Amino acid sequence: MITPESDLQVASQTDLAALSRRGRWLIMKTVANSKAGHIGGPLSAMDLWIALFFRVLHIRPEQPDWPDRDRFILSKGHAAVGLYVAMALRGYFPVEELATFDKANSRLQGHPDMLKLPGLEASTGSLGQGLSVGLGIALGARMRQKAFTTWVMLGDGELQEGVVWESVQIAARYKLGNLVAIVDWNGLQQYGWPNFGEASPRSTRRDPWHGTHPGRAFEAFGWKMREVDGHDFDDIIAACEAARNDAVGEQPTVIVARTIKGKGISFTEGNHDWHSKSATAQELAQARRELQIGDDE
Amino acid sequence: MKALRDVFGETLIEIARTNSDLLVLDGDLATSTKADMFDKIFPERFLQMGIAEQNMVGTAAGLATLGFVPWLSSFAVFFTHRAVDSVRVQMAQTKANVKIGAAYAGILTGLTGKTHQDVQDLAIMRAMPNMTVLAPGDEIECRAMMHWSSTYVGPVYLRLARDAGPALFDEGYRFVPGATYQLRNGRDVLIISTGPQTARCLEAARSLGEAGIATGVLHIPSIKPVDTGSILVAAAAVDLVVTVEEHTIYGGLGGLVSEVLSASLPKRVVRIGVEDCWGESAPNDFLLDKYGLSASRIVERIRGEIAS
Repeated sequence: MITPESDLQVASQTDLAALSRRGRWLIMKTVANSKAGHIGGPLSAMDLWIALFFRVLHIRPEQPDWPDRDRFILSKGHAAVGLYVAMALRGYFPVEELATFDKANSRLQGHPDMLKLPGLEASTGSLGQGLSVGLGIALGARMRQKAFTTWVMLGDGELQEGVVWESVQIAARYKLGNLVAIVDWNGLQQYGWPNFGEASPRSTRRDPWHGTHPGRAFEAFGWKMREVDGHDFDDIIAACEAARNDAVGEQPTVIVARTIKGKGISFTEGNHDWHSKSATAQELAQARRELQIGDDE
Repeated sequence: MKALRDVFGETLIEIARTNSDLLVLDGDLATSTKADMFDKIFPERFLQMGIAEQNMVGTAAGLATLGFVPWLSSFAVFFTHRAVDSVRVQMAQTKANVKIGAAYAGILTGLTGKTHQDVQDLAIMRAMPNMTVLAPGDEIECRAMMHWSSTYVGPVYLRLARDAGPALFDEGYRFVPGATYQLRNGRDVLIISTGPQTARCLEAARSLGEAGIATGVLHIPSIKPVDTGSILVAAAAVDLVVTVEEHTIYGGLGGLVSEVLSASLPKRVVRIGVEDCWGESAPNDFLLDKYGLSASRIVERIRGEIAS
């Protein structure tokens, strides 16, 4: 496959960690500015998005409807602000537009609206549906003899939705090797359950997959499973490339990314209170320091 | 005439011969919906989606982004109730070019009972922005609607009755979205109906006419969009408007007509249909009689309304 021009430009962006720190800052700032949106889930997935948008996805931000682009769907649509930040950093639209998030007449709706913002492959927000749309795209790609890969990011809590497992079963039935699900296993949902007295090093509440493993469930339906540290770029990129190359095989792949909800800022990490909340001026100042962001950003 | 489910299967094949983008997705009911006829001719374009309707709707929306025209095959209830959120978010909100073949709509569902009878579908689907809602009255209208739907770009809900009924139209019929069809004139009463129920209304209107009550019949096959002006014109001529539908009296055709008339031509509207109750398993004739939808029950009800 010919490497798209825009991918070559991205090759010079070597400091993925710095991009992620900036992305996390933009999430905090955008949500504080709009006094709406989510924090924990976007922060946990930021490294995944940076790896995807700057290293993995075959995309042309300047031509979002390029027919051969990879498709990326954010099934956990409430993390929209994080996706918008990654898209802005990657050049789909100016970073300044993030200030319109969740405001009147914005293209950046609280949950992704594909009719409003070019580059979005699906409208999501009602949890569990993104994988079904990705399944249709992957199936259609094969029928149209298109070589692109379809990527769908899901939350670990989102996997409680039954429709996810409809899609998991049918994707395996159609042997969609060109479909990759990425599970952001941050171990916390909005409220969930208490820890029932059991110590949890990762979070304030019980892991939705406590005592079990989401990837094993996909495997039971016939998917290939890869597990990665969702905050290790090399690990993420290697798994994604392996999953893409598996596209010639006959199994869809799930990449289970172990992440920390609220990752990157001391007071949001592992704290379910930060699922959706906007930071005070004092908290913003602390986040800025911890993320090593200059006063001019 | 033919049952609409046979027309569904045949017409899919007919359209697919010239439209290579047409696909059929089935929720494991193809032998009931007659989508299996399509599978026999175009197996590579027939996608069995299993007993998983929410996924089927999302998958269809994904396929539509690549230029395919997916037609979905399952029972009406499984779209408008079980998978309604996928229909709402992935079809209606995104204007996805997906067509729902909603089989076994209404109460005449072949002895299946209340779980399979859909008498809320029109109310639910017409409340969805961007959704086109069609209810063919006979074979010719069904075929015309399916051809139109396959060319129109956007989500369509096609309400299909299970069984055969009398023909309403001849080959000269032309489907125009929104258009209404005055099938009989009468200055005393106007019956407004949709789907195969229109044939039973025509029979009732003939009986009433013979008894000296001049009764017109307006057929509304396109529940959404609908030419509201034509409803006003037809209703202006009579004293009593009666809506009859194989559907709950809340929010469907009766709701539509009442909304239109109350806004600009306040008039007495009697709504005949399933009252606030669930259905049951029974032969068609029994159900039509019990729920007031047979020609004789319609006549009886209208006579009573006039007398009151």
